[in-house]
Amino acid sequence: MANMSLEKNKMPEQDPNVRNKNFKEVALGYTAEQAMDEAKRCLNCKKSPCVNGCPVNVKIPQFIAKVAEGDFEGAYQVISEDSSLPAVCGRVCPQENQCEKYCVRGVKGEPVGIGRLERFVADYHRENNTEAPVKPEANGHKVAIVGAGPAGLTCAGDLARLGYDVTIYEALHLAGGVLVYGIPEFRLPKAIVQEEVNNLIAMGVKVETNMVIGRVLSIDELMEDEGFEAVFIGSGAGLPRFMNIPGENLKGVYSANEFLTRTNLMKAYRDDSTTPIMQAKNVAVVGGGNVAMDAARCAKRLGAENVYIVYRRSEEELPARREEVEHAKEEGIIFKLLNNPVEILPVETDNRDQMGFVAGMKCVEMELGEADASGRRRPVVKAGSEFVLDVDCVIMAIGTSPNPLIRNTTEGLVTNNHGCIVTNGEDGLTSRPGVYAGGDAVTGAATVILAMGAGKSAAAAIDKYIKEK
Amino acid sequence: MYKILTKKELNPTVTLMDIEAPLVARKAQPGQFIILRVDENGERIPLTVAGTNTETGAVTIIFQIVGATTALLNHKEVGEYISDFVGPLGRPTKVEGLKKVCVVGGGVGCAIALPVARKLHEVGCEVHSVVGFRSKDIVILEDEFKACSDKMVMMTDDGTYGTKGLVTEALEKLIQEGNEYDEVIAIGPVIMMKFVCAVTKKYNIKTVISMNPIMIDGTGMCGGCRLTVGGETKFACVDGPEFDGHQVDFDEAMSRGAMYKPFERHAYEETCNLFQKEVQ
Repeated sequence: MANMSLEKNKMPEQDPNVRNKNFKEVALGYTAEQAMDEAKRCLNCKKSPCVNGCPVNVKIPQFIAKVAEGDFEGAYQVISEDSSLPAVCGRVCPQENQCEKYCVRGVKGEPVGIGRLERFVADYHRENNTEAPVKPEANGHKVAIVGAGPAGLTCAGDLARLGYDVTIYEALHLAGGVLVYGIPEFRLPKAIVQEEVNNLIAMGVKVETNMVIGRVLSIDELMEDEGFEAVFIGSGAGLPRFMNIPGENLKGVYSANEFLTRTNLMKAYRDDSTTPIMQAKNVAVVGGGNVAMDAARCAKRLGAENVYIVYRRSEEELPARREEVEHAKEEGIIFKLLNNPVEILPVETDNRDQMGFVAGMKCVEMELGEADASGRRRPVVKAGSEFVLDVDCVIMAIGTSPNPLIRNTTEGLVTNNHGCIVTNGEDGLTSRPGVYAGGDAVTGAATVILAMGAGKSAAAAIDKYIKEK
Repeated sequence: MYKILTKKELNPTVTLMDIEAPLVARKAQPGQFIILRVDENGERIPLTVAGTNTETGAVTIIFQIVGATTALLNHKEVGEYISDFVGPLGRPTKVEGLKKVCVVGGGVGCAIALPVARKLHEVGCEVHSVVGFRSKDIVILEDEFKACSDKMVMMTDDGTYGTKGLVTEALEKLIQEGNEYDEVIAIGPVIMMKFVCAVTKKYNIKTVISMNPIMIDGTGMCGGCRLTVGGETKFACVDGPEFDGHQVDFDEAMSRGAMYKPFERHAYEETCNLFQKEVQ
């Protein structure tokens, strides 16, 4: 008998006033009872529009049916036919714009909590499964993956399952890409990412860290000297953008990338860390996306008294997930909407130790005018609205562009005027035969699941390319 | 893990190490740098490549013990391993077409200037070197500089060795003596590079300097190493580390370099205390 409740089972969470002082995971996950109850809200409808809403087409009704029966391991097996990183996706996918958006139950009431169920199933598997993943039979073909982020890990997983000899080259000292340097521990515990990477290694995937492709080896060397028949580039969009306003190079102005990398990858939040980070009292985060929310919530947890999100449009246009915005608000982040910075002001002092640090951020108020090319109403400056926000740290979270290293060192690799690698669409083939690309390196900054989708399609295309060669 | 092949104390605060990293050794060029982590929870620090040996797969680094990480690194012995070593990063020094160059090195910056001088010497460029140290007891790489320079001038702040005075004085003297340099390459403390540029600007001689700012990843991701060059923001890791010295905002770079000073001092003291306890 289906559960006809109009609302999702709530997922237990840490209290906002407790969690804004620690880096432990915010959401605590369903219990088995809650998961089974939620699973019974799924009508198992024939058309299953949810599946088409998923970039990797997880067989959603089938796995949910297993959860409803209490066969959690069976549910995991169904998900893993299509997704390599369910514990990650269950946490960071914007389900409200994907699977859950199309859920029939969402027409009247809330959709089925597909993301929460996926998370539950993946966590159940991780905690209870004792069997190592099966190492597939080798097919004798070598493929190189550049970048161990969501696109690269997915592509590697799919190819390894088909028997390919896969090597992932990662520039940092740790695999995971944005999952380890960007997304904070309290949203995605790093142990989970490590577990997913370990699963790939158990399947035979080699992970070479500290390898900056484009410098230590070029794409051409990988193919000509190292014997890789195909290469997948999933190097992400790592180059931070700045606003080019006065004062941006003062001490205390960070890119979100730097602030998050210091905090997450380099673990500045831990007492035993050797990574310095500014102990700021008042922090302004410029931008309104998920990265801005992550940076703001990290700053709060690191001990800042006041943390502001400064965004030039209104609440409606905030690009961040609703859930992240709500979480940030609950934790005491102050939203300065329709505000835009114009200058960062230095401390005025003769004291050499304090010179060059941030004393405040001059902002103007905005109002929304006509719609622009993106369909959003263009913010325009309100005359005479200038004011100074009292902050000693500013974090710029206004986007990133692809790293130029690979395009500068790979002849014949076509990129567009944003620096993104151009592909033929679905399967990720670039202008170079045997070289595929996907994720943020192709699309510019987007989501984890879209990158995974691209990694998955490219894996299928690479398999076809090598088999038909 | 990367093995320490050799270790040599150049002076009481400067150490040379050869690290086994064959892929890096195969590719690294003068002017490029590496990033290393000593252990699992360590910070990432950039160090310029001081030399390579493609036969042994060794990359030479020379570092001054200034903070917790370099103290920790200096505590490691031959045969031990460091956990991460990534490179080569940054753009190599441009040597093409140079006929006569003055290489100016200051303090531990001489370790970075040396491979540049060597490379210039190799391609047949006339090399004059001006190397400066605070005092005689910390002079490093003197013979190495002599070997690749057509003329070498040694300066010390206190006059205990070579000529008493600053590198800028020696450089200006050489210029006034009629030496016409295609380029001056200055590598050392930011303040030294700033004043070298002030001298060469007067004589309108192109000057290349090498920045060594705070950075994390070294691939363009964090933007922590940004500096203002000709009014534009540049990243030392991908756009540099070498820049046209007459365009660099040195005061801003010096200010940014001091961002974590109190933190670093504290971490350094803690590390030193830890080692002392071990000894006891």
